[in-house]
Amino acid sequence: MTPLRLIALAIAALALATLPYWMSGIYYVNVASQILFFAVFALGLNVLAGYGGLVSLGHAALFGISAYATGYILQAGFGHPVAIIGALVVGVASMALYAVLSLRSTGIGFIMITLALGEILWGLAYRWISVTNGDNGINLHGRPAPFGIELTTATAFYYTTLVVFALAVVMVAIFVRSPLGAALKGTRDQPRRMNALGYHVWAIRFWACLFSGLLTSLSGILFVYYTQFISPQTLALTSSAEVLLMVISGGAGTLLGPIVGAGLVVIVKSVVSGFLERWNFLLGAIFVAIVILMPEGLVPGTARLWRLAWRRARGGGAPS
Amino acid sequence: MSVKVTRRKFMAATAAGAALAAVKFPAPAIAQNAPFKLGLLTVKTGPLAQGGIQMEQGIVTFLKEKNYTFAGRKVEFISADTGGNPAGTKTKAQELIERDKVDTIVGPLAAFELLAITDYIAQQKTPLLSLAAAEDMTQRRPNPYFLRASATSSQAMHPMADYAAKELKLKRMITISEDFAFGYEQMGGFQQTFEDNGGKILKKLWPPIVTPDYAPYLAQIADCDGVCQGFAGSNPLRFLKQYAAAGLKFPVVTGETGGDDALLRSFGDEAVGLYSACPYTLDLNTESNKRFVAAMNKDYGVDPGFYCAGLYVNGMVVEAGLQKTGGKSDDKTALMAAMKSVALTDTPRGPIKFDHLGNVIGEIFIRRVEKAGNKYINKTLKTYHNVSQFWTYDEKKFLEQPVYSRNYPPLKS
Amino acid sequence: MTLWLVLAVNSITFGGLLFLLSAGFSLIFGLMRIPNLTHGSLFMLGAYFGATFIGGYLALHFDFWIAALLAALLVAAFGAVVERLLLRQLPGQPLAQVLVTLGISFMAADFCLLVWGGDPINVATPAHLAGFVRAGPAVFPLYRLAVIVIAMVIALALWLLLDRTRLGAMIRAGVDDPDMARVVGIRVSQLFTIVFALGSGLAAFAGIIGAPILSVYPGLDQDMLPLALVVVILGGSGSLLGSFVGSIIVGFIYNFGQALFPELAYFVLFMPMLLVLLLRPQGLFGRFVP
Repeated sequence: MTPLRLIALAIAALALATLPYWMSGIYYVNVASQILFFAVFALGLNVLAGYGGLVSLGHAALFGISAYATGYILQAGFGHPVAIIGALVVGVASMALYAVLSLRSTGIGFIMITLALGEILWGLAYRWISVTNGDNGINLHGRPAPFGIELTTATAFYYTTLVVFALAVVMVAIFVRSPLGAALKGTRDQPRRMNALGYHVWAIRFWACLFSGLLTSLSGILFVYYTQFISPQTLALTSSAEVLLMVISGGAGTLLGPIVGAGLVVIVKSVVSGFLERWNFLLGAIFVAIVILMPEGLVPGTARLWRLAWRRARGGGAPS
Repeated sequence: MSVKVTRRKFMAATAAGAALAAVKFPAPAIAQNAPFKLGLLTVKTGPLAQGGIQMEQGIVTFLKEKNYTFAGRKVEFISADTGGNPAGTKTKAQELIERDKVDTIVGPLAAFELLAITDYIAQQKTPLLSLAAAEDMTQRRPNPYFLRASATSSQAMHPMADYAAKELKLKRMITISEDFAFGYEQMGGFQQTFEDNGGKILKKLWPPIVTPDYAPYLAQIADCDGVCQGFAGSNPLRFLKQYAAAGLKFPVVTGETGGDDALLRSFGDEAVGLYSACPYTLDLNTESNKRFVAAMNKDYGVDPGFYCAGLYVNGMVVEAGLQKTGGKSDDKTALMAAMKSVALTDTPRGPIKFDHLGNVIGEIFIRRVEKAGNKYINKTLKTYHNVSQFWTYDEKKFLEQPVYSRNYPPLKS
Repeated sequence: MTLWLVLAVNSITFGGLLFLLSAGFSLIFGLMRIPNLTHGSLFMLGAYFGATFIGGYLALHFDFWIAALLAALLVAAFGAVVERLLLRQLPGQPLAQVLVTLGISFMAADFCLLVWGGDPINVATPAHLAGFVRAGPAVFPLYRLAVIVIAMVIALALWLLLDRTRLGAMIRAGVDDPDMARVVGIRVSQLFTIVFALGSGLAAFAGIIGAPILSVYPGLDQDMLPLALVVVILGGSGSLLGSFVGSIIVGFIYNFGQALFPELAYFVLFMPMLLVLLLRPQGLFGRFVP
């Protein structure tokens, strides 16, 4: 990593670690928490869509399953540790089933299968009232208190989210640089060649799905503890589309991209919507603008434009 | 139709400062001269926007009438768009309470939005007045900071069933409503009272919330003498069109959303003859209603319906509550108690007061759609007075039975 | 007995509307391999524009059919612009295509809300089609029967276009093998613009034709898009026959499924879609596997 990047990383880490102290008001700390757990969700989807070339339009259903599992287990009277572990298990197991069904196709077929699965799970959330309570949803009461630290305040919850977020980033960074990650990128770019070289393409994708499922479940659990409520709307097609848009607009296949994309969408939905009635239009316009100016995403696009500007400032000439 | 709210420039300036500066400014508020902050949680984007826009029109009309002053205090109004989903509602509720420090919130629109924030509201001790009809909010899981001046899902359906059985002399009906809690609760209430009056529900049809074509359900409507529908939003229009187009001629009765006065401007001939029961009716002859309707006509060029009137009345309750505390809003619990004890005689929906669970006791109007010239009107036929959420049932017994659901009350075979 | 007859006829007529909705999607998907997620918005825009032309919003009172054609042309032009300016830059980049089509659909939905407000718009059935046809105790609205006739006319017109014209031959070549088509000298990018415009216009036409049945309301785009996807998946991508047969089949599944299995009403369309994707991904008559 270049010294410039290292400094930038250090500054970012410092800013995030001290955020509650310089951000004005609990409300913005809460917005920051939301950006962070949606970023974890987006990172999870990015493992598949960005690094694996498998665009899932049903990921919100998996996000919702782990949230529902948490709520259901808590309602059944168990404590938070059981709920969290249970939700992770249910989430990853659901992802395994989801993968077995969707990996029969690639490309657009994969998108369609995941869309159908997402819609079916959404319908299930409405109709399986004995488990999900239908559209009245499940209310949670309270948050876990690991090592006796209460998480009910915004600041405490923010730090929990920050820890999980940091963990997720590290996990994805390790994954991407690992042999499995490299193989996954290979199956995205050249599936037939990978097959010919003896790689088990299906298995690589399957393990990537499980990893994605783990991250998605983590974010689902954080989400349900944050909002203290889960209902079928969270599993709708629009939610799946939203997280996919976070990944693509930020830059699929990059580490920072999904994080920036999550920030963009959350800020427009939660903050800009306070001043601009037509924020939905603005969000759509931003996406279109990104496609025109930086179709590879905000992060890679900005990096490219930065390099271009830097080169021009240096007087043009040979590319660096 | 965007409504320009005066506070927008103020909010833009404040928020710009907050975003750029990101530094805490200690701001001591001088309680009495500080404005009373009223927040609105509504939906202005997406499919629910129809009701959400009307909600804002209703409350803004009241605020304008009072010149943004309640009990001698200036009112600062802050409107928040929840996007129609529970997570967004939670975020906006937090924005209103934690960032904008509102004293009272009106809204949100949908039951699932309300359920997402009910615990949070109680925790933050912020009074909330909503139209959301979820029954248990004032029945089996009451929230002490929640007040409902409109109706529970079944509150208007009980008198509708009474009217259908006694006046329309209907005996064998089929119910059809969307497949979610609001539908279950409406139809459950209708069924209970209808069957108590000698009627019988033959079939209960539940199209999913997203059903562009009701044909498969309309095909099953036969061999009855009436239909009860509980559609909401823009679905009643589509349903009635397809119902008439299918050649069905049975009388149709409905509740507060199925025959909403605000839909009259979209209805066509297919709606003529529709009976509805609503806590609000456009032609109610009270002073406040005449003022309200005139103001809505002037400012927005439309006739108000259930959503507008509901928020207007919420505004009246907030103002009356603030009068009772002498303009003080520091003690939220006292403000809540004051609002709950409000009893008004002149509102656009007639006299109202609240029961001990925070739900309104008021009038329910039975209307029928008729054509007057080239306009459609809801002609009020009968008024039921002092209707509570429990109708004529004993409160204790009612609360012991399960909440109305898809299968409760069960069909008599 | 009456119930079966009524359901069967409803299935066919609903299928007709679905064909109008999905024909455009199938064409675009077939030729350009782009899942046009703006399709629902184009349907909705056509309905809103058509309602405006009919209903005298701008002191214009067009005849129903003229309004439908105008709306279709307007949205077709819009589609052409979108293709030339935006989609053309993104061949073979599914992620960017998803981003731009969803972005446009957000903008279109909010635009409709801003211009036409939140209230539903009632579009009256054209007067000469406002009656019933009775067969014993069964009643069939005349307009719905007209919709299936319109669908058949459009299907025939599209078939003639694809099968009997040079343009159609070029389109079919492009669907079967875009690279070879280019090699043979077919101006594939121009073709793309034409097909996208045609698909958009068809969607808009479907929107206004459907309006007397469905009415026009915010959220119409999100209600109709999944239906188009189901039809294209079931019937097969890039095949006109597939779209037509797929629409009828979906019409049957929709009507009989919801009437016979009300508990499964939420899944009645997506379960078959999933099954087809798992077992026969190219659909019934598809020319390629998506």
